[in-house]
Amino acid sequence: MDPILHLSEDFPGLFNYWVVVVLMMIGFYIVIAHDNLVKKIVGLNVFQVAVFVFYISMAKIKGGTAPILDSSITVYSNPLPHVLILTAIVVGVATTALGLALVVRIQRAYGTIEEDEIAAQEDDA
Amino acid sequence: MIAAHLPALQVVVPLILAPICIIFRSATVGWVLMLAGSWSALAIALAILEQVTTGGTIVYALGDWAAPWGIEYRIDTLGAFVLVIVSAIAAVVSLYVKTSIEHEIPPVRRYLFHCMMLLCLSGLLGMTVTGDAFNLFVFLEISSLSTYVLISFGRDRRSLTAAYRYLIMGTVGATFYVIGVGMMYMMTGTLNMADLAAKVPEVADTRTIQAALAFLTVGLALKVAMFPLHLWLPNAYCYAPSAVTVFLAATATKVAIYAFIRVVFTVFGGVEVFEAFNVQGLLMVLAIAGMFAGSAVAIYQTNVKRLMAYSSVAQIGYMMLGISFGSVTGLAGGIIHLFNHAVTKGGIFMALGCIAYRLGSVNLDDMAGIGKKMPATMLAVVIGGLSLIGVPLTAGFISKWYLIRAALESDAWPIALLVLLSSLLAVIYVWRIVETAYFRQPSRVVEEMEPAPLSLLVPTYILIGAAVYFGIDATTTIDVAIAAAEGLLGAKP
Repeated sequence: MDPILHLSEDFPGLFNYWVVVVLMMIGFYIVIAHDNLVKKIVGLNVFQVAVFVFYISMAKIKGGTAPILDSSITVYSNPLPHVLILTAIVVGVATTALGLALVVRIQRAYGTIEEDEIAAQEDDA
Repeated sequence: MIAAHLPALQVVVPLILAPICIIFRSATVGWVLMLAGSWSALAIALAILEQVTTGGTIVYALGDWAAPWGIEYRIDTLGAFVLVIVSAIAAVVSLYVKTSIEHEIPPVRRYLFHCMMLLCLSGLLGMTVTGDAFNLFVFLEISSLSTYVLISFGRDRRSLTAAYRYLIMGTVGATFYVIGVGMMYMMTGTLNMADLAAKVPEVADTRTIQAALAFLTVGLALKVAMFPLHLWLPNAYCYAPSAVTVFLAATATKVAIYAFIRVVFTVFGGVEVFEAFNVQGLLMVLAIAGMFAGSAVAIYQTNVKRLMAYSSVAQIGYMMLGISFGSVTGLAGGIIHLFNHAVTKGGIFMALGCIAYRLGSVNLDDMAGIGKKMPATMLAVVIGGLSLIGVPLTAGFISKWYLIRAALESDAWPIALLVLLSSLLAVIYVWRIVETAYFRQPSRVVEEMEPAPLSLLVPTYILIGAAVYFGIDATTTIDVAIAAAEGLLGAKP
C-alpha cells in the first residue's frame, strides 16, 4: 500500500501521543535550562498540559460522543480521564499561582528573578 | 456508628479545621484548632490501629460508592502504623509550635501558618488512607502545596528560593506520578489499587506498564528525596521555620516512602517487580550511594540544621535499602527505621529549634560551649545523635540490627559491612557537634544565654524519650512492622 495513503487512513493515529511527547520535552527543557524563574513556571505549565492532553487523548474514541444515556448513542468516550484532568488542571492552577507568588516575594527579597544572579547573592552571604 | 466512619474522619477533621483558621484570622484560635485537629487525628489513628490489629484490613467506600468506580479507603497494618506516626508527630509538634514560632513568624501571619499545617497534615493522612491511585496524587498535591508555603515562612530570604526549588522539583515528581497512573489506567481501565493489583499481572509484559512503573518510581523518588533526587531537601529543611523542619523531616518523606511501598508491593504486588524489571539492583545501589554520600556531605556542613538534613538523605538510604531486599526482615527493617528515624530526627530538629529560639542561629561556630548553658537541650541532641549512629539502647540500633540481619539472610554480607561503615560516618558528624558544644570556650553571647523554655523542652523530650524507649523495648514496633511486612509480601500470589 502507498505509505502516504496508509498514513492518511490512520490519521490521527498516534499523532496525539507524539504531540504529548514533544510538548512534554519542550516544557521539561524550559524548566531545566532557563534561568528566569517565571519562564520556569511557564515551562512547568507546558509540561503539565502535555500530561492533560495525554489523558484526554487516551479516553477519546473516534466518533464517540458524550456519555449520555440515550438509545441513539452507542459509541461514547470514557468520561473518567476527562474528569480526572479537571482535577489536575485545578491542581496545576494552584501550583502556578503559588509559584508566581513565590517569584514575587523572591523579586522583593533579592531584587532579581534570574537564578544565576540569585545564586551569586546567596554565595556572597 | 462513628467507628465505621473513622477512615473518612481521619482526613476530614483537619481538612475542615483548616479553612476555619482563615475565618477567625487569629493566631490563638489557629493554634487551638491545630491542637484540636492533630490530637483528634492521633486519637482516630490509634482507634484505627486497634481496629486493624483485631479485625484486619479496613475497607471504606467513600460516599457509599462501590469500589472500582467509587474512591475506596483501604487501611492495612502498615497504613494504620504510618497514620499513627504522622498524627503523633503532628500532635507533639502542635505543643511545640506556639513558642517556637514566636521569633520566627510575625503575629499577623500566624493563623495562615496554622492553616497550612492542618492542610499538610490532612494531605499526608489522606495519602496514607487512600486505596485509589489518582486520589493519592490529589492528597500528595494538597500536602506538597502546603509544604511549599510552610517552607517559605522561614525568616531567611533563602527560604523563598528553597520553597521555589522544591515547588519545581515536587511538581515534576507529582506530574511523573500522574503520567504513570495514566499509563496504568490505559492498560487496565481502573484506578483502584486493589483492582490494579489484580489486573496488572496480565499486562505486565507490555512496554506501557514498564514505562508506568518507571514514571511512578522516579516521581515518588523525587518526593522521597532518594539520592540522587534529594537536591531540594537540604535547603528546604535548613531555612524552614524550626517547627516545619520537625514536621517535614518526621513525616513528609516517610509518607512518600509509604506511597512508594504501596506502588511496588501492592499495585505491582502480583508481579515479581524486583526480579522482572531489575528494580532491586538499582534501588540497592542508589540506597547505598545515598547512605554514604549523605553522611559524607553532612560531615562538612557548618550549619547544624543543614548537617542533619544531609543526614536525613543518608537515613532515607537505609529505609530504601531495607525495602530493596524484598524480604520480610528487610521490609520490616525499613518500616521500623521509618518510625525510629521519625522520632529521632524529629527530636533532634526540635532540640535545634530550642537553640535557634535562644541563639537565633544554628551555625556550628556560634554553638561553641553551648553544652554548659543549655545542658538539657544538648543532651537531647546527643541522645538523638547516638540513635542516628545506631548505638545499642537507642531506636536506631533496632533498625540497623534488622537491616544487617536482612543483609545476612540474603547472603549479602558486603552490604551488612557497608551499613556498619556508613554508621561510622555518622559518628564523625555527631562528634563534631559534641566537640563544639562541650569542649570549646563559649562566646560572650553564649555565656549570657538562658536554658530553653519548658514549652519547647517538653515536646523535645517526648520524641527523644520515644527514641530511647523504642530502643529498649521495641517489641511493639517490631511486631507491627513484621505484621505489616508480612501483609505486604503475603499479597503476592
